[in-house]
Amino acid sequence: MQRLTRYFLVPQQCYRFITDWSPWLTGAFLLTLGYGLIAGLCFAPADYQQGDGFRIIYVHVPSALLAMGIYTIMTTTALISLVFRIKLATLVMQISAPIGASFTFLALITGSLWGKPMWGTWWIWDARLTSVLILFFLYLAFIAVRAAISDPWARDRIAAWMAIIGFINIPIIHYSVLWWNTLHQGATLTVFNPSIAPSMLYPLLSMIIAFALFYLILLCQRLCADILYQERKAAWVQEILHELT
Amino acid sequence: MNLHEFYTMGGYAAYVWPAFAVVLGIFGGQWILAKRHRRKIILKIKEVSCDKIIK
Repeated sequence: MQRLTRYFLVPQQCYRFITDWSPWLTGAFLLTLGYGLIAGLCFAPADYQQGDGFRIIYVHVPSALLAMGIYTIMTTTALISLVFRIKLATLVMQISAPIGASFTFLALITGSLWGKPMWGTWWIWDARLTSVLILFFLYLAFIAVRAAISDPWARDRIAAWMAIIGFINIPIIHYSVLWWNTLHQGATLTVFNPSIAPSMLYPLLSMIIAFALFYLILLCQRLCADILYQERKAAWVQEILHELT
Repeated sequence: MNLHEFYTMGGYAAYVWPAFAVVLGIFGGQWILAKRHRRKIILKIKEVSCDKIIK
């Protein structure tokens, strides 16, 4: 535990840890994405009601899960940043926002592409859809606030509070299909009793892992660059730059 | 599933393929942006280091 803490609190250790693990993350991402795409598009049987249109699930569900998951990570790191003033937590919060926004955008677009043939409309002001749209605006507001405030201390604190307050939307998204009478279908994936056949489930799980790994890869790439910039005066950064040239 | 069924996606090709295309497009874009960000930061640090040496 102490070793793990040291990895994430000492920038140099953190940088080394990330660069050591990055090729493995990329390999695992390509493997899971490849399996998910091939099995999902070619081998999973067509749904008895939605036909082959259901295959959008393989990009829609992972995008939606990541959209909510990344916001939860942002809220957690915001709390850590406010309470413990750990620079790394602030960085993770800041880097996660545009990635989370793009996953939310994907969830909305792929959901719309699924909705048109199934519901007959691209968009409806349904509780689930509207709460996800609000999540997208929360991400955009977070990015805009960070860009608008020049004082780093105030910027980080205000952004952290925004992330924490906005978290109220996450349970609303999750439970919206239960609390309101919505057009959106209920949860496909539950921990103990998934309402989906294994031949459809495994590619979906693989795609969810692939999307999560892609988030981690992007996070690591940006984190490495930002750590280098933050620690630019340190001797170890100069050594790395020397190695790179 | 034969090749024709694969292309047409049972009549849902107009929805299924754009959904996958937009995801791969965004993924590619994010990947390029992250690489560009790293390159930009490294160049920025190098510039600062060079300025210091000149001064």
